[in-house]
Amino acid sequence: MFRGFAVKALCFVGYTVQYGCIAHCAFEYIGEFVSCSGPSMEPTITNHDVVFSEKISRHLYRIQKGDIVIAKSHFDPKMNICKRVIGLEGDKVCTSGPSDIFKTHTFVPRGHVWLEGDNLRNSTDSRSYGPIPYALIRGRVCLKVSKIQSRLTYSLKPEA
Amino acid sequence: AQAGFGRRYFKAFVSGFFVAVPMTVSVLDCLAYVARVDGASMQPSLNPEGGSSSDVVLLNRWSVRNYQVQRGDIVSILLIMPISPQVSLGLVHGRASHIIWPPRRWQRIVPSVPVDRRPLLNWDGETEDD
Repeated sequence: MFRGFAVKALCFVGYTVQYGCIAHCAFEYIGEFVSCSGPSMEPTITNHDVVFSEKISRHLYRIQKGDIVIAKSHFDPKMNICKRVIGLEGDKVCTSGPSDIFKTHTFVPRGHVWLEGDNLRNSTDSRSYGPIPYALIRGRVCLKVSKIQSRLTYSLKPEA
Repeated sequence: AQAGFGRRYFKAFVSGFFVAVPMTVSVLDCLAYVARVDGASMQPSLNPEGGSSSDVVLLNRWSVRNYQVQRGDIVSILLIMPISPQVSLGLVHGRASHIIWPPRRWQRIVPSVPVDRRPLLNWDGETEDD
């Protein structure tokens, strides 16, 4: 009787490990749902919005200008940031504000991207901490889950 | 009988595939990784003989899952092109814990900082004298 129980427990552990590994691969290489907080991407993504971030583009190096990406924070790698890609490596980006008289520019170095939030007045992004390495990008936001009159619908490609 | 055996073999192969591939990928992502060291930038700790034989190290991914590294650790990082001397902590990929090839160099890698490369502050809470 104890042997039967031990066999069942072992099977349970085996299945848990197996499905845990499948889940890890799905979240790491296909995509996952992410809950965003903060005002830096308004009006595209507002506080407490849930978005779906797909990982395939990032692994195939197909992140393009204009994509909204989820990336590891440069200051705290356990935190994630959600911003729009304004410049890829080699691009020339404007670093001065719209009210400055003298415009300044910088080139995005190889292996880095330039991120900016859509809410320019209320966003800490590459304008303050510089370009971030491409390897810190975790995924590309492709869908936003929006609640309209208590029904869940999906809106495609949050555009600027 | 032939068709039955082929179908059973195919089912066994597919179910084994869906077990083996995710588990291998998860082990490589979360636990450990094996990598060959190229180049002379880490001499004499790694690759002390240069081009003739390259060391193979075991990279521990589990110990850096919370990005906790110590001074003196040998780590591998995801890097394409460095623009500044500082590297973001999020780029740390693994900590080299053991040298596993060639067999005569089997050893555990111990964190150590050479005396002339210590930071000027925050070393045991005392400052270095000039």
